[in-house]
Amino acid sequence: MGLDFTVVPGYLDIILLGVVWTIAITLGAAILSFFGGIFFAVIALYGPWFVRLPFRAFEWLFMGTPLLLQLFLIYFGLVQIGIDLPAFVAGVIGLGLHFAVYNSELIQTAIIAVDRGQMEAARTLGLSRGQALRKVVVPQAVRDVIPPIGNNMIALLKDSALVSVIGVSELTLSAQRAIGNTYRPFEFYVVAAAFYYVINLGMEWVLRRIERRVQAAR
Amino acid sequence: MTDDQTPFLDIRNAQKSYGDLEVLKDISLQVQRGQIVAIIGPSGSGKSTLLRAINDLDPLTGGEVWLEDMQINKKLPHRQYEKHINQVRQNIGMVFQHFNLFPHLSVRGNVTLAPKMLKGLSDAECDKLAEEQLDKVGMLDRIDYYPSQLSGGQKQRVAIARALAMKPKVMLFDEATSALDPELVEEVNLVMKKLAEEHMTMVIVTHEMGFAEAVCDRVLFMDQGVVVEEGPPSKMFRNPDNERTQNFLKKHLANANR
Repeated sequence: MGLDFTVVPGYLDIILLGVVWTIAITLGAAILSFFGGIFFAVIALYGPWFVRLPFRAFEWLFMGTPLLLQLFLIYFGLVQIGIDLPAFVAGVIGLGLHFAVYNSELIQTAIIAVDRGQMEAARTLGLSRGQALRKVVVPQAVRDVIPPIGNNMIALLKDSALVSVIGVSELTLSAQRAIGNTYRPFEFYVVAAAFYYVINLGMEWVLRRIERRVQAAR
Repeated sequence: MTDDQTPFLDIRNAQKSYGDLEVLKDISLQVQRGQIVAIIGPSGSGKSTLLRAINDLDPLTGGEVWLEDMQINKKLPHRQYEKHINQVRQNIGMVFQHFNLFPHLSVRGNVTLAPKMLKGLSDAECDKLAEEQLDKVGMLDRIDYYPSQLSGGQKQRVAIARALAMKPKVMLFDEATSALDPELVEEVNLVMKKLAEEHMTMVIVTHEMGFAEAVCDRVLFMDQGVVVEEGPPSKMFRNPDNERTQNFLKKHLANANR
């Protein structure tokens, strides 16, 4: 049995729908992980101890355990305590929080690395600590780690394939469905891989544009 | 009615120590409205610490700082104190050795950040304010530049405009020209002279003896946490009484002429 790519066009609608879901879930999780990362970083550095300590535990949970397990826990586990999330939402939350923790690590380091004089200058003008963080320190810290955050977002795109296991019909699951009907794994996995690659290129293009814009204000 | 004998800025028995190390030993300093005071002295003498105590960046461990009829470093519960000090600092402009401009904001953004946030000025008012202040320091043509596109002297002039935009009652200069290339010092000095002519009250920590002599009403020489000698610049620079002052100035002049 040789390779036969002529079966692909018949399933292109399913595959393209998968692409749309993959983009949606990646975008949702990326936004959550970005703002979540900033929020977590500020909490980890400046929160009172009774916020910091539980956050450390939460951080350990998300960095020290497999993402797959986290998705299972959020989708299947939370039902038992009455939180029944749609698969898509569970996927966005799982991926988003997972990468928020990684982004938070980057942003924390960057916040610490912002020159002390910046906080001093802002405080001298009469800004409160919170205002100075929000308007002066955090924007600079985030700007400094845009490239590594971009890398995390590429990883996030690839890890979005994991949400297929909780039944989100994203690209990988769509390919598997097509394979189920046609028994042609090579063809459809290659097609799926090609689409991941194209999405990846698009993301890199967007990230480069963001980096360049941010670069101007250095 | 203002009584010219009541000090505008009043530092009473300032003490500061880090553990056993005493950085300020019972220093008092009165500055009248419109007066310009220079603090000189070797590094480690406590002059920057004293300056930074005025707006409570480095809180004193003893003594009081008053601006007009308000105590700056009064003892309050944390939250109230934060509110109080943020209010107070709006009245005290500060210029740093390393400029500390906000690199992610344009020149305009640097000047208008605090007025916009703290005084609730509209965009139009902010623009007007920025143009006014930048014009004063000769940086109006760079209003849409970013700090990284400016020379050191230009950065410092923007930093001065940023401080002035809050309409402070006092300006503090912490070695404002020490980090500048020699040829850029003059442009910053000119701006400071202009402020002096407008009778801005200023406290200046500096190594520029020539500038201090030309601009200041009073000079303090500090060493090892105490004010060794103070007086009008003519006396302080021409024939100081104290031996330590004489030695410091002699060394300083020798270095400057090298």
